[in-house]
Amino acid sequence: MTMTATPTRPWAASPKDRAIDGAIFIGSLLSSYLLVFLTPLKGKLAYFVCFFIAYAIFTTAFKGIQRGNAAAKDALVNSLVAIGAIVTVIPAASILATVLQKGLPGISFRLFTTDMALATPTDPLSNGGLLHAITGTLTLMVLALVMSVPIGILTALYLTEIKGRFTGPIRFLVQAMSGVPSIVAGLFILSAILYPITKGYSGFMGALSLTILMIPTIARTSEEVLNLIPNDLREAGTALGGTQLRTVAMIVLPAARSGLVTAVILGVARIAGETAPILLLTGGGDKVNPNAFTGPMGSLPYYIWKSFNAGSPEAITRAWAGLLVLVGLVLILFTSARFLGSRKVSK
Amino acid sequence: MSTSHESENQEMQTSVKPSSLAEVAKAKAVKVPGTAALGTGLETRGVHAWFGKHHALSNISLDFAAGTVTALIGPSGCGKSTFIRTINRMHEFIPGAAMAGEVLLDGKDVYAPGTDVTKIRLQIGMVFQKPNPFPSMTIGENVLSGLKLAQLKVENKEDLLEECLERAGLWNEVKDRLGAHGGSLSGGQQQRLCIARALAVRPQVLLMDEPCSALDPGSTLRIEETIRHLSETMTIIIVTHNMQQAARVSDYTAFFLSDGGPGQMIEVAPTSEIFSRPQDSRTESYVTGRFG
Repeated sequence: MTMTATPTRPWAASPKDRAIDGAIFIGSLLSSYLLVFLTPLKGKLAYFVCFFIAYAIFTTAFKGIQRGNAAAKDALVNSLVAIGAIVTVIPAASILATVLQKGLPGISFRLFTTDMALATPTDPLSNGGLLHAITGTLTLMVLALVMSVPIGILTALYLTEIKGRFTGPIRFLVQAMSGVPSIVAGLFILSAILYPITKGYSGFMGALSLTILMIPTIARTSEEVLNLIPNDLREAGTALGGTQLRTVAMIVLPAARSGLVTAVILGVARIAGETAPILLLTGGGDKVNPNAFTGPMGSLPYYIWKSFNAGSPEAITRAWAGLLVLVGLVLILFTSARFLGSRKVSK
Repeated sequence: MSTSHESENQEMQTSVKPSSLAEVAKAKAVKVPGTAALGTGLETRGVHAWFGKHHALSNISLDFAAGTVTALIGPSGCGKSTFIRTINRMHEFIPGAAMAGEVLLDGKDVYAPGTDVTKIRLQIGMVFQKPNPFPSMTIGENVLSGLKLAQLKVENKEDLLEECLERAGLWNEVKDRLGAHGGSLSGGQQQRLCIARALAVRPQVLLMDEPCSALDPGSTLRIEETIRHLSETMTIIIVTHNMQQAARVSDYTAFFLSDGGPGQMIEVAPTSEIFSRPQDSRTESYVTGRFG
């Protein structure tokens, strides 16, 4: 005779527990309404604050009565952590919602097929688009990536694998560089290269300044990722007759791949919305410019800045649409990078 | 010299009454050292090792005849691991490390100027204490990784793959999933995968640094069987804290000890001698479990 066993979850909340949780939730909602109604507090924020305070007090008090002091403390810290998490998410969600809400009316197929060569920001929305800004931003990102990813990762490899005599100073410089304000990077390229040498705006000048901003982010994150690779693996590679070059190329870098992708993503995130150096260096053209090395080049941040400055309702809608496109572009880049980085990596 | 099949039988018989380590040690097949095809073996002459100013190992002279298994035993911190890392020149990766003496492989000093150190490590393979399969590679790729790392060409990779996994005693368990990741294996299987990986570059000497310390008894037994089989074709040096293991797998045993100063070799002898008639009283205390 075999006993039949049904899978149960004795640790799960019972219907009674869930009813009590629901009651506390509703009670907190009601009391937040009451508090706002009875006191001079006003606005959405007041509801939020009152609700969270009421919820924390109610759960703490109830658990305290039900299970004693330790459970009360546990409930209090739990609700504080939850509040912290929600408070962090709210601004991000709110920004996304606002961008979507204000940007969507300006989105049309035309927007992605035409540039602003024959239109001004104050024109009706049926006139002109932001093709030049999208191509410009993509060109800037690709150029900056091509320059900063090899330099950044090689710097990280010097710091983690070679550990040469200059490790200390280089690490210090990289850390100091990651705090450089973007306008300083822009002014540096302006005074060191643009004025004395090229004497003209171009996408490449902008990409150079973005590279300066990206290298420290990529180098620092890559260094941390490479430091996490167990030394066992390096020893195993060397003990099998691999040179340091081949051990790093065949074992260390592949093992760190998904982390290195994260490093590159963080680098792109650092520069995606950079406006200040772009204003100084690219000239912000209104026409699609396929040549990154001569002539002004548009970009999404520049387009947004220019449209907001124009001030008319059409221009403002354009600016929001530009923001939405920029956010969407960054999202697409991140998602595809994650996808590429996570394939064929075992846990 | 009896066949390996007989030696297994003998081991099984003695495991009925495992009272004495000496009996376990004697029950193994007797090795005839020095087959010409295996090279002339390995020899260390007056090897010292330092970490910075710390003198970790003093004056170790040992002969490892080709085709034998030598166990290095002794308490923690007596320099056993440091010693085997000087043999395949892994010692030098530790910042501040220094050494003295000679390590002769087929009569040539591995520390001689102009020696290609990657070639030395191909001839002297190593298995580490913790299983460390390469995480970005499949089981098959792990086994053949040494060839790629050292840029060696082989005629038939499939045959080599099967042969190495077979010799490491892993083939039957993984033959249907060679494309799976090394990390998906159990700890004991991972360690046998690391042994297969070390075998693929056909080393003359295999160093094993406590290869079973992280494994369960079943996996340990499998690896010990593997070691006995491998010793027909290569010289093996194994560091172990498990004296039963030393008695079961090794032909010779060397006892290391540190009396607060650098680690020294107290005694080396055929394994059955070490466990039945140790010459030094400290060896006797250690193998009978009175200290360490």
